[in-house]
Amino acid sequence: MGMTMTQKILASHAGLETVQAGQLILANLDLVLGNDITSPVAIKEFSKLNKEGVFDKDKVTMVMDHFAPNKDIKAAEQCKMCRDFCGEKEVTHFYDVGKMGIEHALLPEQGLVTAGNVVIGADSHTCTYGALGAFSTGVGSTDMACGMAIGKAWFKVPSAIKFNLMGKLRKYVSGKDVILHIIGKIGVDGALYRSMEFTGEGLSSLSMSDRLCIANMAIEAGAKNGIFEVDDITLEYIKAHGAKEPAVYKADEDAVYDEVIDINLSEIEPTVSFPHLPENAKTFNEISDIKINQVVIGSCTNGRLEDLQEAAEIMKGKQCADGVRVIIIPATQQIYLDAMEQGLLKIFIESGAVVSTPTCGPCLGGHMGILAKGERAVATTNRNFVGRMGHVESEVYLASPAVAAASAITGKISSPWEVMNYEV
Amino acid sequence: MKYEGKVIKYGDNVDTDVIIPARYLNTSDHAELASHCMEDLDKTFVTRVQQGDIITAGFNFGCGSSREHAPIAIKASGISLVIAKSFARIFYRNSINIGLAIVECPEAVDGISEGDRVEADMDNGIIRNLTTGKEYKTAPFPEFVQKIIENGGLINSIAEGIIK
Repeated sequence: MGMTMTQKILASHAGLETVQAGQLILANLDLVLGNDITSPVAIKEFSKLNKEGVFDKDKVTMVMDHFAPNKDIKAAEQCKMCRDFCGEKEVTHFYDVGKMGIEHALLPEQGLVTAGNVVIGADSHTCTYGALGAFSTGVGSTDMACGMAIGKAWFKVPSAIKFNLMGKLRKYVSGKDVILHIIGKIGVDGALYRSMEFTGEGLSSLSMSDRLCIANMAIEAGAKNGIFEVDDITLEYIKAHGAKEPAVYKADEDAVYDEVIDINLSEIEPTVSFPHLPENAKTFNEISDIKINQVVIGSCTNGRLEDLQEAAEIMKGKQCADGVRVIIIPATQQIYLDAMEQGLLKIFIESGAVVSTPTCGPCLGGHMGILAKGERAVATTNRNFVGRMGHVESEVYLASPAVAAASAITGKISSPWEVMNYEV
Repeated sequence: MKYEGKVIKYGDNVDTDVIIPARYLNTSDHAELASHCMEDLDKTFVTRVQQGDIITAGFNFGCGSSREHAPIAIKASGISLVIAKSFARIFYRNSINIGLAIVECPEAVDGISEGDRVEADMDNGIIRNLTTGKEYKTAPFPEFVQKIIENGGLINSIAEGIIK
């Protein structure tokens, strides 16, 4: 019986010829990730193991991004605990303020992940690296602790849903619209315990930025991982970012899938997910006038350079609507610098937006843009659960950078097609 | 393992942001996390939960963020067992890894009401609603997972050389 991409990667890392869906395996890890919230719990657990050091100093990474720059004294203590641990254990890839960025934008940029890797991260959006043809998945702090100690993790081999992409995205439509459309179609547990494998001729029209965004939100459909077939675009990206030699795994011709879903990219429209679940996806023919108080453009989902370029194109020469606070968060220091050199930050600031240092901040209701009771935000983030960005009676509408930028200008949830007078 | 307690019942898609809101993630202290458990979904939870109580819930319990603080908060609040129609995968493995007992059983969830007294015999996979007298069968854990639970979680399993 043939194997899926994910099954092949897992088999190779468990030292097995083949694996089957449902099989429990112990797999070798190429990278173990934690952040300033999940690592402290992992460090406490690690200390119970009486291990002198981590399994491989180059294969453990900690990124201070959630409540950093430290939002309060407790957050400062948590970052200090990570800093001390990484110093003591001589962990190579410790990213503190000044070098850090939002973890899932930072690691691919720094070349820490390559195709064929098995990566675990104590952060649910670790599934992002599937865009590079790696198996990567979110775990908890105990898994992180054990991963740091022995370089292994247990997995139940997943079955998969295959997404056969065709066609090409239209202007002002991006990876975010694709994944919101898919989650709207299959639901927040539509891929529970399973892989989402993306392939098909439509792949060639998707940038790495689009792919990273799509894989990032696989978890919002309940998936174990999202993974893209490796092509020239992937290989070029991996080379440009100095990552290790890729190992390319292609699904067998006779791989068994639970389901095959065709997605015609040419038909995807600007899409918005309404509170309080990512599956509440709507297109603009179903959206009436909804006034907003805040716009957030950033996060591990949509804080990349292409995202900022798309937003800047729409906001250039225009003013943010009165009463709307617009917060732009470049996801890494490099993206911040590139956006500055390309004049994007000037466009944002002149339009009345603020530009923040990299941080997860408002996405999880941490800091840098918390909502009051009854307030509404359009955000390029990944979750719109109750209270996610602040008060339990606030609302988050998930959208692409283009929709968020268009909404910043009009003060209500708006289509970039309408704001830019784009004829479909 | 046997569990017995009063049931506190919730619906589908209970996410880890409502189980333990991010604003409390600047600590990993178990008692402090427990004092905010379920705060954004049910403010009465912390005042009425008693040692040994059982949570029942619908589909996709524990979806969203990977924060282990969520099963830790539930366990530290006194909950002995969570019965759901299904669990989000990271929450599921986190619970196993920290030793919070969880079980999938849609029939039991449909047949148990808020406030019922329930007994679960996990060695034999039987859930009994002591209030109504009805019984429900569940599937046992796979052997590998059973081993982790029996050894008090993943850390112990590694410390004792059961997993290398």
